[in-house]
Amino acid sequence: MTSDDPLVIGGQKLDSRLIIGTGGATNLAVLERALVESGTELTTVAMRRADVDGGSGVLDLLRRLGISLLPNTAGCRSAAEAVLTARLAREALETDWIKLEVHADDRTLLPEPFETLDAAEQLVADGFTVLAYTNDDPVLALRLEEAGCAAVMPLGAPIGTGLGIRNPHNIELITSRANVPIVLDAGIGTASDAALAMELGCDAVLLSTAVTRAEDPERMAAAMRNAVDAGRLARLAGRIPQRFWAQASSPPR
Amino acid sequence: MDVEVNGEEREVAEGTTLARLLEQLGTARRGVAVAVDGTVVTRSEWQDVVLTDGAKVEILTAVQGG
Repeated sequence: MTSDDPLVIGGQKLDSRLIIGTGGATNLAVLERALVESGTELTTVAMRRADVDGGSGVLDLLRRLGISLLPNTAGCRSAAEAVLTARLAREALETDWIKLEVHADDRTLLPEPFETLDAAEQLVADGFTVLAYTNDDPVLALRLEEAGCAAVMPLGAPIGTGLGIRNPHNIELITSRANVPIVLDAGIGTASDAALAMELGCDAVLLSTAVTRAEDPERMAAAMRNAVDAGRLARLAGRIPQRFWAQASSPPR
Repeated sequence: MDVEVNGEEREVAEGTTLARLLEQLGTARRGVAVAVDGTVVTRSEWQDVVLTDGAKVEILTAVQGG
């Protein structure tokens, strides 16, 4: 079987092509079982005001599991807010990796393209390894790559909708021209969505609520791990072209 | 004098340093970051920053998300 190259983002090798978000889990025990089952090596956290009595259970959990942290800028509405949040995350977590996300509004949580690109340029100049959450816009994806992002992360559908990949052709346009890893981020609802992302040439999949809010998060984490592997293998194997008419697979009489 | 800590008014003595405020609050030293008036203050600078009246202090940590 053809061996696969590891995924490399910002110079770091990752054997797992599944990045998990920690949002949505009902408690840390459920989250822990799902994370272990997923095989993930990179997991997102959000930055929020600290309780005065301190302590952050999710950080302790991720450190104990040896999973690298990917802080995000979720909740930011402008480049300025995102840049400040990224700098605070770097200070708090001692990582220069940042999942850049700037949301346009609360109903759609769609990425604000102009603020995202502006923030990406500032953060790259400030030495961050930027993984940018973006629309499924092939032009913007290239702009983010040119801005120096270490990975570009187009959505399949709006965050938390579980609608899958609404525009597979756009995702394939993005993966076909990219020179940095493309991570399908947001919209995944079930395992076939994750497999499709990989078949379309994505280098990894980032998901949270598809696992954390599933009826059985641990089992769904296993499904996602297998789906990402299967989709990746199918991509490397090279699928048959689609045809309009049937083509016999048995020899003629 | 009053400072604002994560959006809430708090009375502190004149000359209070950021390090002293965090000590009073019982803030963990690891896993947190602090901004004063929109600028990140690194850990090594906490003891040097003297808070001024009306200063806005934000203390952030990582939580589940994304």
